[in-house]
Amino acid sequence: MNSETENFDVLTVKAELNNLSEVQSFIDERLESAGCSMKAQIQIDVAVEEIYVNICHYAYKDKGVNGDAAIRMRIDDGVAEIVFEDSGIPYDPLSNKEPDVTLPADKREIGGLGIFITRKTMDEVKYKYIDGKNQLTLCKKI
Amino acid sequence: MLTINKTITNGKGVFALEGRLDTNTSVELDAALSPVLDGLDELVFDLGKLEYISSAGLRVLLAAHKSLSKKGGMKVTNVNEMIMEIFEVTGFSDILTIE
Repeated sequence: MNSETENFDVLTVKAELNNLSEVQSFIDERLESAGCSMKAQIQIDVAVEEIYVNICHYAYKDKGVNGDAAIRMRIDDGVAEIVFEDSGIPYDPLSNKEPDVTLPADKREIGGLGIFITRKTMDEVKYKYIDGKNQLTLCKKI
Repeated sequence: MLTINKTITNGKGVFALEGRLDTNTSVELDAALSPVLDGLDELVFDLGKLEYISSAGLRVLLAAHKSLSKKGGMKVTNVNEMIMEIFEVTGFSDILTIE
């Protein structure tokens, strides 16, 4: 076993929106047993939703049928690390331009906010494409 | 899970939200709002019992805010600390009328 796979709990689901609450429960149970603050837990929940929903909407769009999303999680030394993996279209959500959050309402775009919130509230967000898979990692001190 | 308590009196709508406003439940809010939105002059979202909001929920609030901006406007009330922080991070605290 190498450090990439060590101590992770894994949940694999079909990348569909009706599995969102299962994904969030998987994360919440582990955060709660680690004594995570309510604030950090909600921030992590929001980030997890944004990343997971992105996978549901876009990863398998070209195939017409949804593939799997794997969510791996570990809490090590007070830091929660959550890794999302899908075998869909290579897509780096971090490559998107950040929305301008200073614009007034009538100029605001409706998209791009989710990944923006994620970047603001997580300590680290990493993306890599490896072995035919998108791998997005969130790290947050809890 | 989201509970929507909707009251409409003389063109003023009050939507009290309880629970989680996420990707799935924001569809329910949109469905409750869309048919009445055009007939409203004023709209109040009471977020006192809202525990969670993601960007999908923010989108519904922003769309409603835009729609009401040329009429009597939209307000959000009873915003708790957690929801306020999401509003602040996203700049929504500058856009929305928060009381």
